Amino acid sequence: MQIDLRTVSIKPLRNTFDHIARRFGDKPASRYQEGTYDIQQTDIFHYRPLWEPEKILFDKSRTKIEMKDWYALKDPRQFYYGAYTIARARQQEAAESNFEMIEERGLAALVPEALRDIALDVLIPLRHVEWGGNMGNSYIAAYGYGTAITQPCLYHAMDHLAVAQYLTRIALTLDTPVALDTAKDAWMNGALWQPMRQHVENLLVLQDWFEIFVAQNLVLEGLTYPLFFDHLDSKFAAGGGTAISMMTRFMGEWSAETAKWVDAQIKVAAAESAENKQAIADWVVEYRGRTLEALAPLAGRAFGAEADAVLGEVLAAFNARCAKLGLSV
Amino acid sequence: MDMHVKKLGLKEKYAHMTRGLGWDTTYQPMEKVFPQATFEGIKIHDWEKWEDPFRLTMDAYWKYQAEKERKLYAVLDAFAQNNGHLGITDARYLSAIKLFLTGISPLEYVAHRGFAAAGRNFPGVGPRVACLMQSIDEVRHAQTQIHAISNYNKHYDGFHDFKHMLERVWYLSVPKSFFDDAFSAGPFEWMIAIGFSFEYVLTNLLFVPFMSGAAYNGDMATVTFGFSAQSDEARHMTLGLECIKFMLEQDPDNLPIVQKWIDKWAWRGIRVLSLVGMMMDYMLPKRVMSWKEAWEIYFEQNGGALFNDLARYGIKVPECLTQCSVDKEHISHQAWATFYQYGGAAAFHTWMPNDEEMDWLSAKYPNTFDKYYRPRFTYWREQAEQGNRFYSNTLPMLCQVCQIPMLFTEPDDPTQICYRESEYKGEKYHTCSDGCKHIFDDEPEKYIQAWLPVHQIYQGNCFNEGVDPTAEGFDPLAEVLKWYHLEHGKDNLDYEGSRDQQNFQAWRGMATQNT
Amino acid sequence: MSKVFIAFQTNEDTRPIIEAILADNPHAVLDEQPAMVKIDAEGELVIKRESIEELIGRDFDLQELQVNLITISGHLDEDDDQFKLSWLN
Ligand SMILES: [Fe+2]
Ligand SMILES: [Fe+2]
Repeated sequence: MQIDLRTVSIKPLRNTFDHIARRFGDKPASRYQEGTYDIQQTDIFHYRPLWEPEKILFDKSRTKIEMKDWYALKDPRQFYYGAYTIARARQQEAAESNFEMIEERGLAALVPEALRDIALDVLIPLRHVEWGGNMGNSYIAAYGYGTAITQPCLYHAMDHLAVAQYLTRIALTLDTPVALDTAKDAWMNGALWQPMRQHVENLLVLQDWFEIFVAQNLVLEGLTYPLFFDHLDSKFAAGGGTAISMMTRFMGEWSAETAKWVDAQIKVAAAESAENKQAIADWVVEYRGRTLEALAPLAGRAFGAEADAVLGEVLAAFNARCAKLGLSV
Repeated sequence: MDMHVKKLGLKEKYAHMTRGLGWDTTYQPMEKVFPQATFEGIKIHDWEKWEDPFRLTMDAYWKYQAEKERKLYAVLDAFAQNNGHLGITDARYLSAIKLFLTGISPLEYVAHRGFAAAGRNFPGVGPRVACLMQSIDEVRHAQTQIHAISNYNKHYDGFHDFKHMLERVWYLSVPKSFFDDAFSAGPFEWMIAIGFSFEYVLTNLLFVPFMSGAAYNGDMATVTFGFSAQSDEARHMTLGLECIKFMLEQDPDNLPIVQKWIDKWAWRGIRVLSLVGMMMDYMLPKRVMSWKEAWEIYFEQNGGALFNDLARYGIKVPECLTQCSVDKEHISHQAWATFYQYGGAAAFHTWMPNDEEMDWLSAKYPNTFDKYYRPRFTYWREQAEQGNRFYSNTLPMLCQVCQIPMLFTEPDDPTQICYRESEYKGEKYHTCSDGCKHIFDDEPEKYIQAWLPVHQIYQGNCFNEGVDPTAEGFDPLAEVLKWYHLEHGKDNLDYEGSRDQQNFQAWRGMATQNT
Repeated sequence: MSKVFIAFQTNEDTRPIIEAILADNPHAVLDEQPAMVKIDAEGELVIKRESIEELIGRDFDLQELQVNLITISGHLDEDDDQFKLSWLN
C-alpha cells in the first residue's frame, strides 16, 4: 500500500524536550539548543573519581568562577557538531585551494628570503604553542562545567591542532621537513623561544579551568594572533610575501571569529558577580604581563626596530577589548 | 621551479602533522603536566612506539565529517517534513528508540567528556590526537541522536525528559553506572573499558544488527544516525585495539592489569547489553536476526578472532565468557519478562509477543524458549486479555555492580535465580553473578558507593521535595514516578491502549484516507 | 585463520567499492542485510585504491571510505594505495 504521509497534518504533542522547555518554553527549539542545553549530567554520580576523590565527576568547584547557571555561557556562533564541522570544512576548502595554488605555481619560491626566514623562525615553532592551546582547551572540555562552554572548547582544541597542522604545512611548503626539526630545536633550546616555552609549560599545569580559559583563549591568543596573523601578515603582504599571507588566511579569519566567542564568555562571567570580575581581571593582568615578556624577543625577530611600536599597538587594542568586556585591567 | 618538496606519503605526512608537535617539558616536570599517567600502574617506556591506526589530519577530518553531517541532516529534515515517523512498521517499535535515547545517547555524551580527558592525559601525542578525535565524534553521536529522535519526541511519549530520567530511573542506572565507572577510573582503564571492550567488542552488537533492524522497521532517521555514527566507530575500534596492543608491548608488568580490566569490562559490557538483547528480540516488530545470532556473529566469531590474536601477548579469554554461551539463550527473555512485570515503572510500553512472534522466538531459541518462557508468556498474555494485567509494584533487589535487578538465573539451572554475596567492612553486598561478584571483591571501596535506585527509594531519596511519606494514603510508586518525571498512564504501561498506539493509528488512518 | 570483515551502507557510493573489493578478494563472501552490506573474508581483506578508481573513473582517496563505512574487524593497515584488514593468528 502506497501511503502519502506528507499530506497528514499533525499537531505535535510537544515541541521540544522538557529540559529545553523548562528554559525556553514549549516552542520549537534550535539544533544548537537541543544539542547543548543540560545534556551534561549534574545530579547523581555513582563513584568518586580515582583521580580526584574529593570531587564528583562533573564538579562545579574545579574553578573559582561561580555561575548561577553555567548555560548562560552560550556560544554566539551556536556551534553544535554539525554546524561546526560544516563551517570549518568550508574554510578548509578555501585554505586548501590557496595551498594548492602556491604549490602548483611555485609561489613560495617568490617570497623574499628575509621574509621567508622570518616565517621559518617565528611561525614554525609557533606550532608548539598551538599544541599547548590544544592541551589547555581539551582540559576544559574534560573538566569544565556545562556543555555550553565545554563543547566549544573542544572545537577550539581541535582548531588549535588544525592551526598547528597548517603551520606544519607552511614549513613544508617553504622548505623541507628539516625545517620542522630546526623549529623544534629552536623551541627547545633557542634563546628566542625559551620565555614562550616556559610560559606555555606554566599554563599546562594550571588546575582552574576558567583560569586556563582566560590565560590561553583571551590573553595568549588575544596578543599572539594579532601580532603574527595581522601585523606580521601585513608586513609579509607589503614585502612580497603574499604567498605566506595566503597560507595564514585561515588563522586570521579564525581568530576574528573565535575572539567573539571568547569575549561573550568573559563578558557574561564577569557580569555575573564582582568576585568573578575581580578574579578574571587579576588573571588578565597576571597573564598579560607574562605573555608580553614571552612575545618580546619574538616580536624583535619579526619586526626588528619596530617591535616595540607594534607590540604597543597590539597591547593597546587588547586593553581596549578588555575594557569593552567590563574589565578594569 | 624547485620541487624539493616531494609528495609525502600518508604515514610520513601524518607523522609531521602530529607526532612532532609534542615535547618533553623542562620548565615544568612531566609528572605535573601529565598527572594521571602513572597511578594505575601501567608502565610506558616509549610513547613514540605508538602506531597511529587511522591517520586523519584535521583538514581531512573536517572534509569527510562535514560530508557525513550534510547527508545526515538532509535525511533528518526530509524525515521531519514528510512525517517519516508514520512510515515505521508499528509504534511499538518506538519503545526501543525510547530506551536508546534515555539509556544510550547520554552516554555518548559522557564518552565525549571522557575521551577529552584521555586526550589531555596521555603523555604521547599519537594517542592524544586519536582520543580527541573520538571525543569530538562522541559529541556528534550524542547530538545527532538527540536531533534525530527530537521528531519522535514531538509526537510520542517517553522521550520527553531523557537526561533527567537517565540520572534517576531504576533501569537507566545500568548504563549510567557503566560509564560513571569508566570515567571515574584512570585514563588507561578508560581506554580498556570504552576504547576496547565497549567499542571493539560490544558496539557492533549495539549498532550493526540493531540499526539494520531499524531500517527493516522503516525508521530511516534512526538507521541514518546509527550507521553514520558507526562510520566513526571503525576509527574508534582501531584506537581501542591499538591501545591494548601498545600497553601489552610496552612492559610485561602491564599484562595482569590489562587482563583484569578486560575481564571486568567484558562482563560489565555484556550485562549492559542485556537491554539490547531485549530490544532486538522483543521490541522490533520486524526482526532481522535474533540476539543469539547477533551474539554468535559479533561476539563469538569476531571476539574469538580478537582473543586469538591477543593470545600472543598472553591475554586469555575472560573466564566469565564461558557463562555467556549459556546465557545467550536466556537473557533477552528474562530481561523482557522483568520489564513486562515492572512495566508500570518504565518509561516505555511493554507487551507480550503474539503467536507469530512466539513462533519466531521458538525457532530462534529451540533449546529454551518453549521450555522456559513460552508457557509463562502465554499465561501472562491470557491474563491480560481477561483484564488481569498484573504489574508488580514491589521493588526488585539490584546487583551492587551492574545494577540490574536480580533476574538472571544460575548458569546450570535456568529455573533458579542467581545471587552472590560479599561482605565488606561488616556489611553484606549482593551481586547477580560470579562476574559481578568478582568485580565487587576486587574494588569494594568503589562499588559500595553505587547509587542503587531501589535502595535510594527505600531511603526516601526519590520523592519530590515536600512529599510526606508518612501521610495517609501515601503511594510510594506514584511519588517515585513523579520524581522521575515519568507521566503515569502516558509514558508507562502496556502498548495496548496507550496514547502512542491511538495516535499512531489515527495519524496513519488520516494518511491512508488521503491517497 | 580467523575472519575479518568490513561493512558499508548500501548506496550509490558504495556499489563500486564493493565491486572492487569482491574482485580483488576472490575469497571474500558477500552478506547483504537491510541497508547494509557486509563482506567477510578468511585471514585478510585488501581494498585497493586503483581498483576503485578504475570503476569510478576518477581519483579516489582511501580515506573517503570512511564516509560510508559501518564497521570493520581485524588489524588495519592503511597507506595511500591500500586499506588492509588482517588477523595475525
Ligand atoms: Fe559513539
Ligand atoms: Fe551484576
